[in-house]
Amino acid sequence: MAIKLIVFLPLLAAIIAGFGNRMIGNVAAKAVTTGALFLSCALSWPIFLGFLGGTMEPGVVPVLDFIHSGVLHVDWALRVDTLTAVMLVVVTSVSSLVHLYSWGYMAEDPSQPRFFAYLSLFTFAMLMLVTADSLVQMFFGWEGVGLASYLLIGFWYHKPSANAAAIKAFVVNRVGDFGFSLGIFGTFLVFGTVSIPAILEAAPGMAGSTIGFLGGRFDTMTVLCLLLFIGAMGKSAQLGLHTWLPDAMEGPTPVSALIHAATMVTAGVFMVCRLSPMFETSITAMHVVTYVGAATALFAATVGTTQTDIKRVIAYSTCSQLGYMFFAAGVGAYGAAMFHLFTHAFFKALLFLGAGSVIHAMHHEQDMRYYGGLRKHIPITFWVMTIGTLAITGVGIYWLHAGFAGFHSKDAILEAAFANGSNSAQVAFAVGVFAAFLTSFYSWRLVFLTFFGTPRWAGSEHIQHAAHGDHGHHDDASDEGSHDALHDHVHGDGHGHHHGPVTGTLGYHPHESPLTMLIPLLLLSIGAIFAGYVFTNAFIGVEDGVGFWKGSIAFNEHLMHAMHEVPLWVKLSATFAMISGLALAWWAYIKNTSIPARFTATFHGLYLFLLNKWYFDELYNLIFIRPSLAIGRFFWKRGDEGTIDRFGPNGVAALVAETGAVARKIQSGYLYTYALVMLLGLAAAASWVMVR
Amino acid sequence: MIGIQHYLVVSAILFVIGVFGIFLNRKNVIIILMAIELILLSVNLNFVAFSAFLHDLVGQVFAMFVLTVAAGEAAIGLAILVIYFRGRGSIAVDDINRMKG
Repeated sequence: MAIKLIVFLPLLAAIIAGFGNRMIGNVAAKAVTTGALFLSCALSWPIFLGFLGGTMEPGVVPVLDFIHSGVLHVDWALRVDTLTAVMLVVVTSVSSLVHLYSWGYMAEDPSQPRFFAYLSLFTFAMLMLVTADSLVQMFFGWEGVGLASYLLIGFWYHKPSANAAAIKAFVVNRVGDFGFSLGIFGTFLVFGTVSIPAILEAAPGMAGSTIGFLGGRFDTMTVLCLLLFIGAMGKSAQLGLHTWLPDAMEGPTPVSALIHAATMVTAGVFMVCRLSPMFETSITAMHVVTYVGAATALFAATVGTTQTDIKRVIAYSTCSQLGYMFFAAGVGAYGAAMFHLFTHAFFKALLFLGAGSVIHAMHHEQDMRYYGGLRKHIPITFWVMTIGTLAITGVGIYWLHAGFAGFHSKDAILEAAFANGSNSAQVAFAVGVFAAFLTSFYSWRLVFLTFFGTPRWAGSEHIQHAAHGDHGHHDDASDEGSHDALHDHVHGDGHGHHHGPVTGTLGYHPHESPLTMLIPLLLLSIGAIFAGYVFTNAFIGVEDGVGFWKGSIAFNEHLMHAMHEVPLWVKLSATFAMISGLALAWWAYIKNTSIPARFTATFHGLYLFLLNKWYFDELYNLIFIRPSLAIGRFFWKRGDEGTIDRFGPNGVAALVAETGAVARKIQSGYLYTYALVMLLGLAAAASWVMVR
Repeated sequence: MIGIQHYLVVSAILFVIGVFGIFLNRKNVIIILMAIELILLSVNLNFVAFSAFLHDLVGQVFAMFVLTVAAGEAAIGLAILVIYFRGRGSIAVDDINRMKG
C-alpha cells in the first residue's frame, strides 16, 4: 500500500499544482508538491531500510489491468525489490530536496506552479520506471521522464536556446528509444511476454540461439541486449548519444540536479541492472557495454577539463560518471554500478545545487572565468561544494576503509574492472584510472576557479548589470574596468588569460542563498559524506550483498570476492589519480595561473579539439543534419512543390484558369453576338431534328 | 395565281431581314425591338397563310395571340429602354456590353 502512495502522491500533486494553480495560488501549489514529495520520501526510506535490515521481501503490487490482447498481457503493477528500493530512496530523496531548493532558487520566477507541477510529474514518471514489472510499463516511465525532461529543459521557453536544447534532448532520446522499443518487440517475439521476471527466468535458456535481424543471423540475446542498450545509451547520455546532455543545462539548475544528474540519466544504468541476468547471457553485449562506458568516461572527462560554464563542467562530469556505472555493469559488477549510482546521486545533486547557489549569488553568471574569490562571500556554498568535490574525486583513506561517498563506489568499480580480467575490462580499468585523474583535475579546477584567487567579476555582463542596477553612479575607474571587461568578453577564448585576467568586483556583493536552498545542500552533504561508508557492505560486500540484493540483480559473488583480492597498487590507483589531479589543478589554477594559457597556446589543436567537445556536434551536423535537411529540401522543393503540387492541385487549378481565360474571350458582352450564337444553335438543332 | 409558296417566301424574307436586323445592327436597341416585331410578323404571316390554305381557324386565332404578346413585348421593351437610358445615358448597342466576362 505504501508503494502506491509513494508512486501516486507525486502524480496527484502534479495534477493539483498543474491544473489548479490559478485557484490555489503559488504558495499552495509549491506546498502541495513539496509536501507530497517529502511524504513519498518518508515512505520510501522504511522500505529501503527494510531491505537493508533483511526484514522486507520482494513483492509485486498490482494496480490496474492494462492490455490483454491474445498472448500479450500487460498490467500496471508496482514491483518492490532491493533494486527498486535503492532507486526509490534516490529518486524521492533528491526530488524532495530539489523541490525544497526550488522554493529559493525559483522565488522570482513568474510561473512557479508550472515548474513544481513538472518536477512532480517527472518524479511520478521516474517512480513508474523504477517500479516497473514489465518492459512496457518501464517504457511508459521512460517516455514520461523524457517528456518531463523536455518540458523542464524548455521551461524558460522564451529563450530560443532553451527551446532548441529541449528539442535536441527529445530528438536524440528518440534515437535511443527506437532501439529500446525494438528491443521490447524483439523480447516479446522471442519470449512471448514482456513481464520482466518471466523474461529473466527464460533468458538463460535462450543463450546460444540465433535470430534473423537485418538480413543476417545473430545471437538472439546479443541482439536483444544491444537493442535495449541503445535505449540505455540515449537516456544515460553515453558516447554517441550524449550530445543532448550538455545542452540540457539550459534548464533551471534544480532541473539539472534532479533530472540530468541524479535520476533520469541513471535510468539506463538501472535498466541494465534490472535486466542483468539477460545481459549476463551475452558476452558480446557485455563487452560493448564496457567499451561504451569506458569511452564515455574518458571522452566526457577530457571535455570537462576545458569547459568554462560551471554547469557544463558538471554535466560532462555526470556523463563521465555514467560511463563508470556502465563499465561497472559491463564487467559484471552490477552491485558496484548501483552503488555508484546511489552515491553519485547525492554528490552530483549536491554539486549541481551548489553550482545553482553560486549562480544565484553571482546574478545568473555561469561562466567560471568571471568567478573567483567567492570563498569568503558565500562560505556555506563553498563548504558544501568542497564536500561534493571531495566525494566525486573519491577522497578516502584505504587503510581505514573510510572516505567520502565516491571513494567507496568508484574504487569498487575500478577494482571490479581489474578483477574481471577480460580485455575490455582491462581497457576499462586503465581508462577509469585516467578518467579519475581527469575527474579530480576538472572538479578541483571548478572549485579553484570559483572560490579561490582574486575576483574576476568585472568581466561578467550579468554582474555589470547588477552593479549598474545597484549603484546609480559610477566613478571613472570602474567604468573603465567594465569597458575592458567587455572587450575581454568578446575576444577572450579559453581561460581569459590571453589578454590578462580582468579583476575587480565592480562593487558587487554576492549574498549567501536563502535557507530553503541551504538546507537541501546540507542534507545532501551528509549523503555525500556518509552514503559510501555506511552502505558499502550491503551493496558490494561478498556475503551481505547476496542477502541485500535478494536476486534483484545478477550478483556475481565470485567477482565480488576477487574484487577484494586485487593487488594493493590497484586499490591505491584511484587515490593516486585523485591526488595527481588535485596537485595539477592546484598548480595550474592557484600556484601559477599562467600555466593554462601557456598550455592552450602550446597544444592549441588539442585544446580546440576538447573545447569543441571532440567536434561531435559538428560531425553530427555533417553526417545527419545536413543530409536530412538536404533530403527534406529535395522532397519539399522537388517532390512536393515540383511534382505533386505542380501536377496535382496547382496544375488542375492552372488548367481551369487557362480554359476560363479562353472561354472568357467568347463572352463579348454584346447582345448581337449572343443572338447570333443562339440563332446558329437553333438552326443547327432544327437541322439536326429535320435531317434525322 | 398566288399560292402558299409566295406567302412563305415573303414570310421567309421578312424573317431573315428581322434576324439580320438583330445582329448586324450596331446602332440602336430600338432597331432590335423593331427587328423582333418583324420576326413576329413573318411568323404571323405564316400562321395566317397556312390557316387559309388548310381551312383551319386555329392558325388565325394563334396569330391574334401573337399580336397581343408582341404588343406587350414592345411595351415592356420600350419601358426597359427608357429606364436604361435614364441610367446610362445611351441606348447604343455597342455600349451595352456589361455581360462581358
